[in-house]
Amino acid sequence: MLLRLAPALTLLVLGAPIVLGLAWTLLPAFGYFPAIGGTGLTLEPWRVLFASPGFNRALLLTLTTGIGTAVLALLAATSFCAMTAHHPSVLRLRSALPPLLASPPSAMALGFAFVIMPSGWLVRLVSPWATGLDRPPIGLVTVQDPLGLSLIGGLLLKEVPYLVLVIFAASGQVPVERTLAAARALGQRPATAWLKAVFPQVYPQIRLPVFAVLAFSLSVVDVALILAPGNPPPLAVLATRWFSNYDLSLYYPAAAAASLQLVLVIFGVIAWLAMERTATVLGHRWIERGGRSRIAQGFTVIAGSTTIALGALGIVALGSMALWSVAGAWRFPDALPETWQLSMWRTQANPIGGAAEATAVIGLASVAVAAVLTLACLENEQRHGIRPGLTALWLLYLPLLVPQIAFLFGVQVALIRLGLDGTLFAVAWAHLVFVLPYVFLTLADPFRTLDPRYAVSAAALGAGKWRVFFAVKLPLLTRPFLVACAVGFAVSVGQYLPTLFAGAGRIATLTTEAVTLSSGGDRRILGIYAVLQTALPLLGYGLALWLPRLLFRRFRGLA
Amino acid sequence: MTGAFPRRCHGLVLDGLSITVKGHSRALIEGLSLSVTPGQIVTIMGPSGSGKSTLLSYVAGFLDRNAFVANGAVMVGGERIEERPAEERHVGILFQDPVLFPHLSVASNLLFGLPRVKWRDRHKRRSIVSDALASAGLAGFEERDPATLSGGQKARVTLLRTLLSQPQALLLDEPFGKLDAALREDFRSFVFAHVRECQLAALLVTHDPADAEAAGQIVIRLDDDPTRLSKL
Repeated sequence: MLLRLAPALTLLVLGAPIVLGLAWTLLPAFGYFPAIGGTGLTLEPWRVLFASPGFNRALLLTLTTGIGTAVLALLAATSFCAMTAHHPSVLRLRSALPPLLASPPSAMALGFAFVIMPSGWLVRLVSPWATGLDRPPIGLVTVQDPLGLSLIGGLLLKEVPYLVLVIFAASGQVPVERTLAAARALGQRPATAWLKAVFPQVYPQIRLPVFAVLAFSLSVVDVALILAPGNPPPLAVLATRWFSNYDLSLYYPAAAAASLQLVLVIFGVIAWLAMERTATVLGHRWIERGGRSRIAQGFTVIAGSTTIALGALGIVALGSMALWSVAGAWRFPDALPETWQLSMWRTQANPIGGAAEATAVIGLASVAVAAVLTLACLENEQRHGIRPGLTALWLLYLPLLVPQIAFLFGVQVALIRLGLDGTLFAVAWAHLVFVLPYVFLTLADPFRTLDPRYAVSAAALGAGKWRVFFAVKLPLLTRPFLVACAVGFAVSVGQYLPTLFAGAGRIATLTTEAVTLSSGGDRRILGIYAVLQTALPLLGYGLALWLPRLLFRRFRGLA
Repeated sequence: MTGAFPRRCHGLVLDGLSITVKGHSRALIEGLSLSVTPGQIVTIMGPSGSGKSTLLSYVAGFLDRNAFVANGAVMVGGERIEERPAEERHVGILFQDPVLFPHLSVASNLLFGLPRVKWRDRHKRRSIVSDALASAGLAGFEERDPATLSGGQKARVTLLRTLLSQPQALLLDEPFGKLDAALREDFRSFVFAHVRECQLAALLVTHDPADAEAAGQIVIRLDDDPTRLSKL
């Protein structure tokens, strides 16, 4: 039976690239790479890596920005959610989540860079009337600053909304209202009641997403190319640079850097677990103190408000790119363009149209395969009464935990050997590795919690298993199914490194083009790319919400 | 009983209390006035939907202001509390479910509500909790995971937690509803004994006449027709 093979097939589709890719990164890291003459095992690549100029600073930068982003993202998301317990009206801000979640990290980074740069929107808004500046301030470094603060900021714009969404989703498993009522009746103010009584119950469920944020922040390449300092850059950027160098001998230290990236993530997770322990002990002590002071409440509300401001900044960043795409002359310190144009959309229609088409094709293909595999796994699980354990969940998260740079080069090596590098097929498969976990995780809950009585009733009426699946379950799950597909599509649109490596630089998507043009490209063209990068995923979300309404408009129970 | 439970509590007075579901013209509760003296248990009975639990939500400060319009004075010890947030009312509440925090040990659950302003020393706080547990026949339960307790044990720990938080009045929202018959009687007398010992003013919502009989005092019946509010 084909369905029984679904979990194995899924594991193969996800696992093969990771395992092969890791192997073909680790081997060159120790000098073994016969294709370019490396046949023996040696530590030379590591020596070259450690001796490369600025290595220590690159390592430090990677660790501070990576761990810093994860810690700040969790604090911001947590305080925002705690604040909603105090001001339920804050929940309305959830409608700002879709654009923040849909836009690829690189598009957000491009917009963020324009907002904070010395000649950017923030300075323009207060110039010249407040600052007296009629030309951009000189000597002020706000983007690509050596400490990586702008990188942290740009990453937070994406990671905080993601964690907020994850916390909201996990809160569904906890009786939040009752718990809050009990804690408040015992004298706790709302935000502290949430922190002391709700959050500790939610945290174990969001731990894996938090690790994913940590791994991503430690090893991000596209956002770092836009916002991180260039000399030295973070480790993952350094590795990418070496991998794409004409000098093939740089493959060895590049592979070593990529392997070190994996070690950093493992080290990061272990360090995080240690921090978790300390936080748990301190947290319990805080709870047992029985304090009822306003200080924690006030602090949470301030932090939550900062998070809201951050979200607003994200929206502003996306808006600024949309403005650039239709701006004519836009000189400093004008807050708005002086003239407007649409000609850029016309003259650039060919390259941009091609990139948009490739983006859509790759996205749709990877989502289609991911959706079929996900449904097959879930249906198989339900038919055979399988209770998926923690191992399955970890396996699913594996592509999000292993740094991309640590296995994508190896994937490229394997693809070259198979003669598949640079094909749409290869790129779509590489995307699938990251799309599938999101599609699965989004669809699994609605599928598993669908009232089993519908299927039982249908079976009692004589419907076979497949008819129950296609005629009952799937229609009932239309909305979550489409939302899962939209999430997967958004993930695909945002992929940079998988496109770069599996496409061997020959396949251009909106994201790879935007990142390539980000250094020194025309802002108007960049604006167009960034707008489309956000618009495609938003279109997906829009369809996912609108289609079920259209299809089921005559049925109140579904629409 | 233990010394850390509340003493010298005050009465609870409701005056001219009305609650209406938003968008409905007829009131759920209209002009309800009653006074509960320390140590007294007033029982409120009525069919589902008559507004029993809504009344307790209003008194405790959890009423959803988007769904209900409510007014009327709530006084504890002569002070009006109806405008205060729930956490500043000093009104304890027991729900039908125990709502013990599953991430905390039994002792931590009790320490959660034990006010720091009254007891600061860590050892003192611990010994208060141990005494309270011992007084309820739960000596040595400090480090237990609440999930491993029996239904009756959970219920008792929940009452201890509420009492240690020093409430001035106690609301009981069908707290015996989910216990089986034998446990029910047991826990009921445990709660009532504490209410009398601590001299708490208590409002009990139930639909079991046996509860009302055991409370033994005033029973108020909320009917479908709020004008027929009657004292039995």
